[in-house]
Amino acid sequence: MREYAIEIENLKKSFKQLAVLKGVNLTVKPGEVLTLLGPNGAGKTTIIRILSTLLKPDSGKVVVNGYNLKTQSQEIRQSIGLTGQYTAVDEYLTGFENLEMMGRLYHLSRSEIKQRVPKLLEQFDLIEAAHRPVKTYSGGMRRKLDLAAGLIASPPIVFLDEPTSSLDPRSRLAVWETIKKLVSKGITVFLTTQHLEEADTLADRVAVINGGRIIADDTPERLKNLVGKERLELVFKTSEDFARALIIIKGSELYHDQKANSVSLAVERGVIDIQEILNRMEKAGIQVETLTLRKPTLDDVFMHFTGRKAEEGED
Amino acid sequence: MKSQSLYQKACWLANDIQVLFIRSLKHIYKNYDQLLGLTIQPIMFMLLFRYVLGGAILVEEGTYINFLMAGILVQGVAFGSLTTSYSIAMDLQRGIIDRLKTLPIASWAVMMGHVAGDLVRNTLQAVIIIIMGLLVGFHPQANLTEWLIITLLVFLFTLAVSWMAAIMGLAAKTLESVSWIGFLVMFPLTFASAAFVPTKTMPAVLRTFAENQPVTHIVEAIRALTMGKSSDHHLWFALVWCVAIIIISIPVAAYLFRRHGGK
Repeated sequence: MREYAIEIENLKKSFKQLAVLKGVNLTVKPGEVLTLLGPNGAGKTTIIRILSTLLKPDSGKVVVNGYNLKTQSQEIRQSIGLTGQYTAVDEYLTGFENLEMMGRLYHLSRSEIKQRVPKLLEQFDLIEAAHRPVKTYSGGMRRKLDLAAGLIASPPIVFLDEPTSSLDPRSRLAVWETIKKLVSKGITVFLTTQHLEEADTLADRVAVINGGRIIADDTPERLKNLVGKERLELVFKTSEDFARALIIIKGSELYHDQKANSVSLAVERGVIDIQEILNRMEKAGIQVETLTLRKPTLDDVFMHFTGRKAEEGED
Repeated sequence: MKSQSLYQKACWLANDIQVLFIRSLKHIYKNYDQLLGLTIQPIMFMLLFRYVLGGAILVEEGTYINFLMAGILVQGVAFGSLTTSYSIAMDLQRGIIDRLKTLPIASWAVMMGHVAGDLVRNTLQAVIIIIMGLLVGFHPQANLTEWLIITLLVFLFTLAVSWMAAIMGLAAKTLESVSWIGFLVMFPLTFASAAFVPTKTMPAVLRTFAENQPVTHIVEAIRALTMGKSSDHHLWFALVWCVAIIIISIPVAAYLFRRHGGK
């Protein structure tokens, strides 16, 4: 078996004057689930579009399933499945017809199609809706059908571009379940997301992208440990209280926002830390307006690696 | 991977076009909007010109309905082909084109599927228009050969406008812009022509345009054929126009298709 399923070396891409990818280096091993985590406009979709042969890079080396993008894009197309940001299924056809059509376009034999379509429909829990037009499907069902369509040819590598965006929490869990099943079959999965939780649930490895560069590449556990388990955010009534609190509060991963009179920090010991901080505030006579405890988010990862909020830009 | 033989490639291409053609066919009867647009619009136009405006329009010879039929047929085909623009724009917006482009298929098979769908749609529509015309007084004088030539002309014209429509669909930025781009192109072509009225009363500039643009030649050719008359130079002009449009449109459409998203 080859060492890497996907190899990206010094990949660059600009749209007109705007440099979207500024030299991306990334490798994915066969059977690995890599999550590309980043805000809107970080270059996630651009990378997926390049890897799936939809977009030509300006420079850099890209090898997918052993095929060089420059000379063997047709071979790459035989080895990948893409589920893009939009649910690319035909509204007027039924779920069954959609999968059948995709199977035929992947040049599967009729017997293969006959065997795989019902199997996929069952796996994605779409048996009941199989013969209804897709326009009657819910968002979650469409997403599932979309995923199934990308898998009909059993490609060794699957690209998923924000597979759970615009889904309700229940459908999101269902999609996660199906992605986990893929993983157990040894398929290489390259997925993008804006949510740390998603990366955490699904990925073996998380690459964080910001401003067209990979700024971190590690296991979800290690990334989360770096970012801190939970964060406490305090908002003060007045700017004087805010200024005084800044002197008193000590902690790791401390960030403040002067405009909002707010301070946030990582808490290691949960309630004990909160109690301690509140006691100190009371002693100093500082009024805390609101207090929230929250799980680390993508923003915190960015704060950690860049010291500032995630850059938003054009995707 | 070994490079596939030419024969294998040809088989796959035929398969891809067939699959995408079947998809377009299914859209004809599964999409009720398309079905209604296909039938109601030309029937409304026919009734409008036959009964509302037709009485006030003087034609040189024969009845107005006999004059009108060729115009309605060609207008139906022209506007009917905009379905291709709309379907392609929709496929682009929904990401279906993106997905199809990541498949191991020839890119223009996708457009061939839509254009072939247009052929079937327009044939259906033409049959409906002719039946409707017969009900409101149309008396064709064409013999079998002339009908065959009419069918061939309608097919060629469909291919020509469908490829143009594919270009419009690929060039449009949004679904909304498809309808006005289509309108902007098809409206002058069909109305500034001899489709509904003789060109004689038009102002000089408009008349020059109307008498030399493709739709007029096609309409005049079909009109003469339905009336059992010689279509003289119009038929040849019509054929040359259609073939020229097809030859130019296909590579343009293929270029735009490949370019899409690959900026």
